[in-house]
Amino acid sequence: MQALYALLVSPFVDYAFMQKALFGSLLLSAGACPVGVFLMLRRMSLSGDAMAHAILPGAAAGFLFYGLEILPMTVGGLVAGIVVALGAGAVSRFTVQREDASMAAFYLISLALGVLLVSVRGSSVDLMHVLFGTVLALNNEALGLIGAIAAVTLVSLFVFWRALVAECLDPLFLRSVSRLGSPVHFIFLGLVVINLVGGFQALGTLLSVGLMILPAAAARFWTARVETMCVAAVAIGFASCVAGLLLSYHAALPSGPAIILSAGAVYLVSVLAGTRGALRARLVTHRHRTA
Amino acid sequence: MLNTFRRVLALTVITLSSLGGSQAFAEPLKVMASFTVIADLAKNVGGDRVDITTIVGPNGDAHVYEPSPADAVAMSKADVVLVNGLHFEGFLKRLVDASATKATTVELSKGVTPIEFKPEFAEADEGHADHDHDEASAEDHDHGKDQAHSQDHGATDPHAFQSIPNAEIYVRNIADAFCAADAEGCDAYRKNAETYTEKLKALDDEVRAAIAAIPVEKRVVITSHDAFGYFEHEYGLTFLAPQGISTESDPSAADVARLVEQVKNDKAAAIFVENITNPRLIEQIAAETGIKVGGSLYSDALSGPDGPAATYIDMMENNIRQIKGAILGS
Repeated sequence: MQALYALLVSPFVDYAFMQKALFGSLLLSAGACPVGVFLMLRRMSLSGDAMAHAILPGAAAGFLFYGLEILPMTVGGLVAGIVVALGAGAVSRFTVQREDASMAAFYLISLALGVLLVSVRGSSVDLMHVLFGTVLALNNEALGLIGAIAAVTLVSLFVFWRALVAECLDPLFLRSVSRLGSPVHFIFLGLVVINLVGGFQALGTLLSVGLMILPAAAARFWTARVETMCVAAVAIGFASCVAGLLLSYHAALPSGPAIILSAGAVYLVSVLAGTRGALRARLVTHRHRTA
Repeated sequence: MLNTFRRVLALTVITLSSLGGSQAFAEPLKVMASFTVIADLAKNVGGDRVDITTIVGPNGDAHVYEPSPADAVAMSKADVVLVNGLHFEGFLKRLVDASATKATTVELSKGVTPIEFKPEFAEADEGHADHDHDEASAEDHDHGKDQAHSQDHGATDPHAFQSIPNAEIYVRNIADAFCAADAEGCDAYRKNAETYTEKLKALDDEVRAAIAAIPVEKRVVITSHDAFGYFEHEYGLTFLAPQGISTESDPSAADVARLVEQVKNDKAAAIFVENITNPRLIEQIAAETGIKVGGSLYSDALSGPDGPAATYIDMMENNIRQIKGAILGS
C-alpha cells in the first residue's frame, strides 16, 4: 500500500510542478481528444503537424514587434493558424481541391513566410523553442489559457454536436438539409487551431499534436459510435498523461515524449486487441468460415 | 533578394580602429568568426589588421542556428575561419561545404582539455534508479584525456571558453592562425595577444577572488542549460541545469523534482536564466521553492553593444557579479 502510494500518488502530492503538469495535460486532453476524433473521422489527422508550421509567421510577427514576449507571439500564432485553417477550409469548400492539398499549400506558404520574417530580423533564437513550452513549466497563465480553451471546445462540441457528426459523416446531406453546413466546418477548424496553438504555447508541439491524434486513433478500434469514441479518447488521453508523467518522474525520461509514447502504446495495443482491432477481426471471420 | 540584402546588413561587420600597432596597409585580413565570443577574442588579437564577420550574432543560439546564403558568401570570401569546435556549431560543416571556401578553418578549442558533460545529480543520489541518458558520461567522469573518440556522441562539453585559462588558449590559437595567414603582421598579433592575455589573467584572478568570497557550501547555482561545465571545473562552483547540454533537449520530471529538492534542502543558493533560452522552466522552479530568480547569465552568446556583456571580459564579469550577488543576497 505504502509502495503503491509512493509510486502513484506522492509525486503529485509532493511537487507543485507535477500537479500543474497533470492538471494542464488533463485539461488539454479533455478538449483536444474529442477534436482529434473528428479530425480522424474527417481524414485530416496529419493537419495537426502542418498547423505547427503554419503558425510560425504569426509568432515571428509577434516577436518582431514585441520581442520575446509570450502573449503577442501566441496571439500572432493563433491569428496565423486561423488564417491558414480558414483559407484551406474555404478552398476545399468552394473549389474542386480537397482539404489535404489546400492545407499543404497554405501551410507551406505560411512556413516560408515565417522563415522569411525570422531571417529578416536576423535573429537566430529558435522561435519554436521559445514559443513552445514544456509541460513541466506550466505557470498559472498557461493553465488559465488551457482551461479556457478546453471550456470553449467542450461547449462548442456540445452545442454543435449533431451538426458536427453529420458534417463529418455526410457533408452533402447536412448542406442539403441545413444552412449550418459551412459554418460548422469553419467552427470545427477554429477549434482545431485554438487547441493546437494553446497546446503549443503551454506544452510543446509534440505533446499537443500527439494528445490530439493518438488517443482518437486508438479509440477508433474499440467502438463505432462517435459519442463513445470521444469518451474513450478522453479516457485514453487521461490515462496516457498520468502514466507518462509518472514514467517521466520515476525513470527520468523527458516528459513530453513519455506522455506521447504512453498514448502510442495504448494505440498499438488497441490495433491488435481492440474490439475492432486486427486480431479480433481475424478471429471473427475465422469463426464464420468454419461455422 | 531583399531578404539576402537585409541579412547582409544585419550581420555584425566589425571594422576596427582602436587596437594594435597601426600603419596604413592595403588589405585587412578577412576573418569569419562563428559566434560573438570568438569574434571578440579575435578583435583583441587582430586589432585593425583584421576585418571580422560574425555568423551567429549577439544573443543568438549557435546550437540551432540556420545559416543563410549571405553567411556562405561571406565565408567563401574569408581568409581565416575561426570556430569553437568540439561540435559547438552544429551548422558549421554544412556551411563550410556549401561555401566551398578556401580559407583555413581553425578550431580554437584545440589544445583545451575537453571535459565530459557532467552526469547530472549522479553523486547526489546513487540509490535512485538513474539509468538515463547521462549514464555513459557518469562512468568515465575522470578519464580526462582519452575523450576524443567520444566526441561523436556529443558527450563532450563544447563551452570551453567559460574557463578563462581556456580563453587564453583560444587567444594563442587565434594569434597562430593570424600569423599563418598574414606573416607580416605576426609581431603585432603576438603583441596584442600578450597584452590581452594579461587582461585575461587579471580577470581570472578577479573571478577566483569572487568565488573565494562565497562560503563553500553555498557554491551551487541553477541555470537553464548546461553551459558552465568548464567554469565549474576551473573555479569549483557547481552548476545544475534541468535542460542538459543542448538547448534542444527536453527535461524530465525527475530532473526538475531533484532540482526542487536541491533548493529546498538549501543546497542551491541561486537560480538564473540565460540570455538564449525560454525562462519559464526556471521561473517554475523558482515559484515552487520560493527562491528568487537572479539576473541573466550570458553563456553562449554576448549581448549587443549596449548590453551588460558586450565583450568576453564584460560577460565573465557580469556572470560572476550576478552569481556572487544572488548567492550572498539569499
